[in-house]
Amino acid sequence: MRESPQVRTKCEISFTVNGKLVTLRAHAMERLLDVLRHELRLTGTKEGCGEGECGSCAVLMDGMLVNSCLIPVLQANGASIVTIEGLASNDQLRVLQQAFLDCGGAQCGICTPGMILAAFHLLSKKPQPTSEEIREGLSGNFCRCTGYMQIFEAVAQAGRRGTAT
Amino acid sequence: MKNGPIVGTSVPRKEGRAKVTGEARYVDDMVLPDMLYGATVRSRFPRGKVKKITFGPGIDWEEFVVVSPKDIPGKNCIALIEDDQPCLADGMVNHPEEPLLLVAHPDRHLLPKAVEAVSVEYDALPAIFSMEESERLSQIIWGADNTFKSYLIEKGDVEAVWEAADYIVEGEYTTGAQEQLYIENNGMIAAFDPQQGLTVWGSLQCPYYLHKALMKLCDLPADRVRVVQTETGGAFGGKEEYPSMIAGHAALLAMKSGKPVKIIYDRMEDMTATTKRHPSRTRHRTAVSKDGKILGGEIEFTLDGGAYETLSPVVLSRGAIHSGGPYHWPSVRIRAKAVATNAPPHGAFRGFGAPQSLFALERHMDRVAQTVGLSPVEFRRRNFLKPGQTTTTGQTVREKIDLSKLLDRALELSGYYAKKKKFAEENQVGGCKKGIGMAAFLHGAGFTGSGERYLGSEVGVEACADGSVRILVSSTEFGQGTKTVLCQIVAEALGLRYEDVGIAQPDTQEVPNSGPTVASRTVMVVGKLVQSAAMGIRQTLTARGMLGDSFTPEEFRAACQAHVAQHGKIRCLARYEQPDDIVWDEQKYRGSAYAAFAWAVYVAEVTVDLTTYSVSVDDFVAIQEVGKVLHPVLASGQIIGGVAQAIGFALYEKVIWEKGRMQNGQMTNYMMPTSADLPPIRVYFEELGNVHGAYGAKGIGELPMDGPAPAILNAIEDALDIPFDSIPLLPEDIFAALAEKTASENVVRSVREER
Amino acid sequence: MRAHPAEYELVAPRTLPAVLSLLAQAPGAWLPIAGGTDVMVQYSAGNLRARKLVSIWNLPELRRIEILPDEIQIGAGCTYTNLSEHTIVSREFTLLSRAARWTGGIANQNRGTIGGNIVNASPAADSLPALLVYEAELLLVSVRGERRVPYRNFHIDYRRTQLASDELIRAICLKRWFSEYYAQARKIGARNAQAISKVCLAALGRLADGVVDDIRLAMGSVAPVPLRLTETERIVKTKRIDSALIQLARTTAAAEVLPIDDIRSTARYRAAVAGNLVAEFLEHLSVSGSRR
Repeated sequence: MRESPQVRTKCEISFTVNGKLVTLRAHAMERLLDVLRHELRLTGTKEGCGEGECGSCAVLMDGMLVNSCLIPVLQANGASIVTIEGLASNDQLRVLQQAFLDCGGAQCGICTPGMILAAFHLLSKKPQPTSEEIREGLSGNFCRCTGYMQIFEAVAQAGRRGTAT
Repeated sequence: MKNGPIVGTSVPRKEGRAKVTGEARYVDDMVLPDMLYGATVRSRFPRGKVKKITFGPGIDWEEFVVVSPKDIPGKNCIALIEDDQPCLADGMVNHPEEPLLLVAHPDRHLLPKAVEAVSVEYDALPAIFSMEESERLSQIIWGADNTFKSYLIEKGDVEAVWEAADYIVEGEYTTGAQEQLYIENNGMIAAFDPQQGLTVWGSLQCPYYLHKALMKLCDLPADRVRVVQTETGGAFGGKEEYPSMIAGHAALLAMKSGKPVKIIYDRMEDMTATTKRHPSRTRHRTAVSKDGKILGGEIEFTLDGGAYETLSPVVLSRGAIHSGGPYHWPSVRIRAKAVATNAPPHGAFRGFGAPQSLFALERHMDRVAQTVGLSPVEFRRRNFLKPGQTTTTGQTVREKIDLSKLLDRALELSGYYAKKKKFAEENQVGGCKKGIGMAAFLHGAGFTGSGERYLGSEVGVEACADGSVRILVSSTEFGQGTKTVLCQIVAEALGLRYEDVGIAQPDTQEVPNSGPTVASRTVMVVGKLVQSAAMGIRQTLTARGMLGDSFTPEEFRAACQAHVAQHGKIRCLARYEQPDDIVWDEQKYRGSAYAAFAWAVYVAEVTVDLTTYSVSVDDFVAIQEVGKVLHPVLASGQIIGGVAQAIGFALYEKVIWEKGRMQNGQMTNYMMPTSADLPPIRVYFEELGNVHGAYGAKGIGELPMDGPAPAILNAIEDALDIPFDSIPLLPEDIFAALAEKTASENVVRSVREER
Repeated sequence: MRAHPAEYELVAPRTLPAVLSLLAQAPGAWLPIAGGTDVMVQYSAGNLRARKLVSIWNLPELRRIEILPDEIQIGAGCTYTNLSEHTIVSREFTLLSRAARWTGGIANQNRGTIGGNIVNASPAADSLPALLVYEAELLLVSVRGERRVPYRNFHIDYRRTQLASDELIRAICLKRWFSEYYAQARKIGARNAQAISKVCLAALGRLADGVVDDIRLAMGSVAPVPLRLTETERIVKTKRIDSALIQLARTTAAAEVLPIDDIRSTARYRAAVAGNLVAEFLEHLSVSGSRR
C-alpha cells in the first residue's frame, strides 16, 4: 500500500570535505555519492554499481573507508569526508599515487580513486602490509582491467617507501 | 640525440596523473548548461507485435521530451554491417530490453518513474532462446533461416582422412555468454545545433563507427556530425558497437528537445540491455594416426548471435579461423554459422570468437591425446605448426616460431612435470585434488584478411612551432595504453623526449579515421602508421634543409619553428597499404588471414576442494611470443588483466537467462573474480619481431583471453579424472558430475556384488 | 539510481529514547536504518517500500560493547569492523569475529551492523549462525521497556521476526562459556570475497573422555531462517567420533537442511556441502579435542 508521493523539503547538511567546511541543502536520503558529484562537483568519486559491491564510490568518512553510494547524506552530517581530490595536495603526488603510476596500477582509471582510497586506508592501519593483507584490504574494490597484481605491487611499494602520505 | 631508448621501456602512462588524482573526466563527470537527462523505455517481451503504448497516470508528461520511431529523421537503424537492428523498435520487438521509446527531463530523479509508467501491450509471438531451437527452424525469427552468416573453410581432402585414421575422436564443447563488466557504465551526451550539427561525447572505442551510424540515423552529412571520446572507464569490446545505439538515443532526444541530453545507464540496465560475448557450441571430429599425428578433421562452430546481426559475421569469422589453433591440419573442413535467438544481440568482447573456438580446441586436444595414449604435452608437440607449414586457411607460417621450445619454457617455468607427479601422489589421500593443465594457442592481430585494406586507416602527426609534436588518430585509450605507446613510437622515431610528444583526444572533427580500436591492431597497425608519419615529418624538415640526419631535440625545435614561420604547421599523414605478402580470398576464405600471429602456451595449476567442489587457481604461467614488447609494464598489465577475465569466463561468470533476459544483472549476482580469487599470474615474453608492426610489435590485447579457460579445465580433468567440456564450470556442476560418477560406480559395484 | 530522494523522509534523532518515542508514535511507519548496507541497496534499486526512515546510525547507546563477568553485551549498532577488532570478541567468540570479516569488503564492514544483519533476517546472513550456536539472547527495547528473548526463537519465518513494530534490538548478549570449545566457521560463496553465502556453518564442539560432550551446529542459506541442526547434534552427542559417525552426521545434516534452488545455487549442492561441512568439522574436532 503506497502513499501518494509527497515531496519532502530539503534539510541543511554540514560536513567537511577535504578539510573544507561545506554547508548545503539536500534531501536527507540523497546519496552522499550524488551530493559529492552533483552538488559539490567533486567528480573524482565514481559510481560503478550503486550496490556497494565495486568500491568505485569509496571515500573516507571520519577516517573509515565507506561506500558513498550506500550513505544517505543526512548520516554524513558533521562528518569529515576525504575524497580522491583531497589526497594529492600541492601538486606533490602522494607516494601512493606515484606508486600506482610507477607500477601500472591504473589502466582505465575508473576504479582508481576508490582503489587509492582503500589502499590509503589500509596503509594508515598497516604501514607495511603483507600481500595477504593487501589482498584482503582491497577485496571490496573491483578492477576489471589489471587483474590486481600491479595494484598490489603499487601498494606494497608505497608501504616500502615508508609513508602513504 | 635523445636520452636513451623509449620504445621498450616503461615510461609513465600519458594520462596517468589525471587518473590517480581524480581529475580524469569520464562522460558522467561532464555537465552542459540546460542539460536534460534521458532514459529508455524497453520491451519486457522477447518477441511480439506492439499493440498499444499508454502513457500512464501520475506523471506530468508535458514536462518530458518523448521520442518515438516517428521522430527519427533518417533511417531507423543502427548502421553496422547490416541495417537490421532498429534504433527504436517499431511495431515488432525481437528481444527483452529492446528500446521502444526515449524520455528526457531536466530532473534525472523523475526518469525511473516515468519509464515505469509507460505501459506496452503486446501480441506475444513464440520466441526462441537457444542455438538448437534456432537451428530447428520451428520459428523463423530472422531472415530466411535464422542464420546471420555462415562460412566454409576447407583445406586438403577431408573425406580421405577417415579411412586412413587409426582413431576418430569426437567432442562437443560449449561456452556461455559473458558480460564485459567495464566498471564505467555506458553513457553519452548529445547536443544539436541546427547550424553546427550534432555533437556527441561519450564512453566509446570507435568514434567513426558512431559517426557513420549517426549520419544515417539523423540524416546528417559527414561534416555536421562530430563524435568526441571522453575518458573511457574500460571497454573490452563492450563499447565497440553498442555506443552507436546509446549515442543515437541521446542524439534523437537532443534533436527533438533542442537541448543537450545525457544518458547514463545504471549497472542493471547496462548488464541486461547491452552486448555480451557470443555463446558458442563447437563440435570436433578428428582423424588421428596411431603415432599421434592429426590427419584431418571436421569442425562445426556455431555462435548464438542474439536477435540482430550486428557484428556476428566478424566474430564468427575470427572464431572459425582460430578453431584449428597452432597445429598443422593437413586436411580440415570448418563449418561455421551464427544463428539468431530472441536475446539482446551479442557482441564484441576481447578475443572476439577466438576464446570460444580455442576453448573447444584445447579441450579437444587433451581428449585426443588421451584417446591415442599420449600425454597432452607430447601430442601437441607432434602437431605444432612449424615455419613453412600452412594454417587451416592455407597461410604459410613465415616467422621462426618454435612452439616446441615455447612449450618447454612454459613447462619449466610452471614446474609442470614435478607438480604432475606430486599431485598424482597427493591425490590418493585428502579432501582436495590438485591438477595441472596447459593450453597452446595463437591470436591473429589486426583485421582479418582484406579487412585492413578495407579500413584504409589514416593517421596524422603534426609538429608545432615550439617543437612539440601531436599525434592525430581515432584510436582510443581505455586503459590498454594507446596514448602511451603511440607517443613512445613517435618520440623514438623523431629522436625526441617522450614528454615532447602528445596525442589529440579522439574527436572526428580533428583526427582522421585510423580505424576502430579493436582486434589488437592499435600498436601493430596504427603504431606502424604513426611511425611512418613521424618519419615523414623528419623527411620534410630534412628535405627543406632545416634538419640534419641526426639532431638534438633543441635542433628539432628550431627546425619546427623555422618551418612554421616559412611554411606553416607541419602535418604528415600516412595511410595503410596492404603488404604484398598478405593475400586473402574472401570467397573461399583462404589465404593469409592475419599479418601476424602472437603465440602462447599457458599452464594452470588448480585445487578442487571436495568439501565445497570449488576450484581455486593456485598458480598461472603465461608465456607468449609477441613480436616486441614496447612497454613492459603495460604489456604485462594486459596479459594479467586478460588472464583474470578469462578465469572469470572459465569458473565464475555465468549469465542466468530466463526467456532471453539476464536475471542476474547486478554485481552482487554476476560473479566477477575479486582480488581474493585470483592467483599470482606469472607473465613471460618471447620476442621474435614482426616486419608488419611498429618496432616489431604484434597485437597482444586479446591473446590472454584465449588460453586460460581450456588450461584450467584441462587441469581440473587432471585433478578429478572427469572431463568437463562446458564453461562456466561452477562448483554445482562439479558436484553433480562427482555425484553421478559415484552413483554409477555404486551401480557397477552392486552389480558386481550381485554376481 | 531508481528512487527519488524527494519522496523519502529520513530523520536522525540524537538519542535512543527519541528514536523509540518516534517508533511508538506511529508503529510500523518508520523504518530504522543503521549503516544502510541493506536498506540503501533496496532503495537504489527502487525496491524500498518504506517512505519514512529513522536513522539509528552511531547512537552511543547502541555502539557499546559491555564486558561483564559471565556475559558480554554487544550493542546492536556495532559494525562488523567493531566486532572483528574487539579483543574479547575475537578471542572468545571467534565464530562471530570471523563472520564479521567475511561480510562484504572493508567499506561494508565499516557500516554494516550486527543488529541490522539480524533484523534484515536474510537466511544467508553471515553472523546469524554464530549467534545461534552461542545461544545469544537479544535485548529488545521500546518505550514500553526492555525484554530479553532467546535468539533461537527470534526468526519466525522467512524475513519475519519477533520484533514488535515499535521495538529495536538494543544489544546481543553472549554468555562467556565458549572459550574452551573447538570453533569452526565456514562460508561458502560464489567467490572468496564480496559474496552472499550459498552455505555457511558456525560450529562449536567439545570432547570429554574421547566422546562428544557438546556440539552445536548452525547453518545459513539452507532454510528460510538460520538453522540449528538439532537432529544432527543429537546423533553426534555422547558418541565417539569415528568414520562411521562422521558419515552418519554427513547424511543426517544433508537431510536435515531445507535448501532451495535460487539464483546463487542449487538445493542439491547446498545439501551436499552442508553435509560435507559437518563431516569436516567432526574430523577437525576429533583431532583438536577440546582445544580451540
